Amino acid sequence: MSLLSLENLHIQVGHDGAEVVQDLSFTLEPGRMMALVGESGSGKTMAARSILGLLPPPMRLAKGAIRFDGVDLAGLGPKALTKYRGARIGMVFQEPMTSLNPAMPIGRQMEEGLRLHLGLSRVECRKRILKMLERIRIADPEHCLAAYPHEFSGGMRQRIMLASVMLLKPQLLIADEPTTALDTLVQHDVMNLMTELAAENGTAVLLISHDLGMVSHYIEDVVVLQHGIPVERGRTTEVLTQPSHAYTQRLVDALPRRSAGGLRNAEPKPALVELQGITVDYPGHALLFGRRVAKRAVDGVDLVVGQGETLGLVGASGSGKTTIGRAIVGLEPISGGTMRFKGQPLVPDDPDTRRDLQIIFQDPYSSLDPRQRVEAIVGEPLKLDTGLTRKDRRERVREVCDEVGLPAGFLTRFPHQLSGGQRQRVAIARAIVRRPAFVVADEPVSALDMTVQKQILELIRQLQMRHGFGCLFVSHDLGAVEQVADRVAVIETGKIVETGTRDDIFDRPQAEYTRRLLNAAMLLGRSYNAAVS
Amino acid sequence: MIRFMLGRLALAIPTLFIVTLAVFAMVRAIPGDPASAMLGDLATPEMVARLKASMGIDKPLPVQYVIWLGDVVSGDFGRSIGNDEPVGPLIWERFKVSASIVLLAVALASMVAVPAGMIAAWRQGTATDLGLIGVATLLLSIPSFWLGLMILLVFGLGLGWFPILGSQALSGSWREWAAAIAMPVLTLFLVEMGSIVRMSRAATIDVLRQEYITHARAKGLSESAVMWRHAFRNAFAPTWTLIGLILGALLGGIAVVETVFTIPGLGRLLVEGIYTRDYPVVQGCILMIAFVYVVVNLIVDMAYPFFDPKVAR
Repeated sequence: MSLLSLENLHIQVGHDGAEVVQDLSFTLEPGRMMALVGESGSGKTMAARSILGLLPPPMRLAKGAIRFDGVDLAGLGPKALTKYRGARIGMVFQEPMTSLNPAMPIGRQMEEGLRLHLGLSRVECRKRILKMLERIRIADPEHCLAAYPHEFSGGMRQRIMLASVMLLKPQLLIADEPTTALDTLVQHDVMNLMTELAAENGTAVLLISHDLGMVSHYIEDVVVLQHGIPVERGRTTEVLTQPSHAYTQRLVDALPRRSAGGLRNAEPKPALVELQGITVDYPGHALLFGRRVAKRAVDGVDLVVGQGETLGLVGASGSGKTTIGRAIVGLEPISGGTMRFKGQPLVPDDPDTRRDLQIIFQDPYSSLDPRQRVEAIVGEPLKLDTGLTRKDRRERVREVCDEVGLPAGFLTRFPHQLSGGQRQRVAIARAIVRRPAFVVADEPVSALDMTVQKQILELIRQLQMRHGFGCLFVSHDLGAVEQVADRVAVIETGKIVETGTRDDIFDRPQAEYTRRLLNAAMLLGRSYNAAVS
Repeated sequence: MIRFMLGRLALAIPTLFIVTLAVFAMVRAIPGDPASAMLGDLATPEMVARLKASMGIDKPLPVQYVIWLGDVVSGDFGRSIGNDEPVGPLIWERFKVSASIVLLAVALASMVAVPAGMIAAWRQGTATDLGLIGVATLLLSIPSFWLGLMILLVFGLGLGWFPILGSQALSGSWREWAAAIAMPVLTLFLVEMGSIVRMSRAATIDVLRQEYITHARAKGLSESAVMWRHAFRNAFAPTWTLIGLILGALLGGIAVVETVFTIPGLGRLLVEGIYTRDYPVVQGCILMIAFVYVVVNLIVDMAYPFFDPKVAR
């Protein structure tokens, strides 16, 4: 008998609202791994939550059965469901930063399930938790028990979360984008740990993910969802190598890949931005009447970005890559080293320089003023050009919005009326409206869906070809960097470990750290066959 | 944790110091001088000079300040001009009356309003929620003097449960004392409950959206465990700040309520002091109010790490 089978599941908003999941059916055998794949809004998370009866109101299960081990969970009341939650079906969430209670020590959070479902004593709980924490290679398990979540990094929290769920040896683990918020190396780590723990306990896994590359590395079966409708299912290898549905094809196509042919910018360009030995310190916590202890975020970095060239800056979170970008545009004071722009010393505060240096931020949801319309957002930088009349500005804004693919009708909209991709287009328009010579793109696509990522990356590329600005492309996503960068610099804890042309870095990495990053990157089509078999 | 507390404590000292400066400057900035004001129109310049000398206000301002500060630090707030009582004990007596009413009322209001807000959030959008929010908004919109008068009318005059003149009963046994403060406590309780309910509800709604709440449910915990163990501590922090602000504001005197119920509290002492130009009393009251405010906020800050461990770093 299959462990879990969803039969014609329909999830609806309210009683007569839209259906966010339509007619979803699949079965999962004990000990197997399956993925629900789709972009944001595909209903994959809601489908997963419905299994445990955790749909947030006003979402509700309209129709269908959820058979788990022969019992229809959809028909159970809240009391009966709690016997399944945690004990037999465990769930891991996406955001390690918010999925552990910030006001409760780790130990207390981990023992809750054990005490509730197995009725173990405090001492016995402690023993099991310590053993589990050792198993997941937490450095100081004893200390971990009394520590609070904020004392751990995202990756550690996610491992702790996994451990706390797997302590109860559930028959089914639902993992909702468990690694999306994590760095490449950590992603790899957490996924490995998850598959190991699942295998040890014979737990079946239902993974919710948008990341086809990762799914192809770990998961046997896959169901593809589009706007709540399952469009394709089957063995991962088959679905991803020979997608039959147009949407799956689009998803596979959207995966970043190297642009065909050789390097676009093979010949060296004259330097536009030069950084020499720059250092950025962050003030530490001020002790009472004491000195501030500085944290060195960037430590003696040399970088050169040529005119019209894209330099990809790759590193884990906390490596200082974003800080470098912010330092160039003057958002972060440097504590040492020199920056030169067009051969002159770079003074970021100088208005003329500011015009030439622009930045696109990572999160289009917080980088646009929610109370300004698109026209005002894009037109604001132009107010610094006193020579322009109101009409000129209008004209210019219209032109730029057209360039980034925003129809004229969008000019009067507010950011909340736009999708993530559209917002990022607005952010790009704002950055290029004054024709800068240099643009910092700080993780410009990591908050976006796969297919939208592809469009935005192509847009940046096109605009660069047309206007010839130099670009520092900051990202932890090797796939995106491989797609857009001419040259690549790899940074680890504030220091550049390797710089080279894109092909050199990706095909002939020299530094150990680069190799580890590349190994951990789960790109579809590379080392892919070996991993699945 | 201890360093956090010491840090907050150290920060309170300059605040209080600035307050003493402000109080001193304010009183000195009033046109005329206290000596002539005290002696009235018939005073001769010699009398004024003598009184000035005896009050120490013939000295240069910085010297006066240092002397006054020294007196204040050693607990001597001077004597009331009106009845020649020492100001320190007078303020302390009055403060005890106000404080007992305020502490009791705010404690009761918190105990009722915080859970009420959490229940409203938990049942967000239902009739329960609407009902609770409706009552809270109503209570928020009623002016305290009107509510006080109504309570006086019903429980004091109509039903005759509690004494109408609070000041007399306060000196009696604890039973009488309780009866005397019952109506002011009830008034403040109702007035302050509205804002606490609303804050508690808003904070809880925010917390309930967090993934750790879903995670707690996914563990199989009962709803009461989810609400009490996981939501409460996280949702209480902002409410706690509000309660601190309310306490700080109310402990400085609840002149309106004290007037309605004729309670001899700190608020009325200050108001009377201002009417009669009793500068030592005014000075002492303001200093006391500022001191209480700082201390209350200090206590609130110190309790914060309990609700949010990140603050203690």
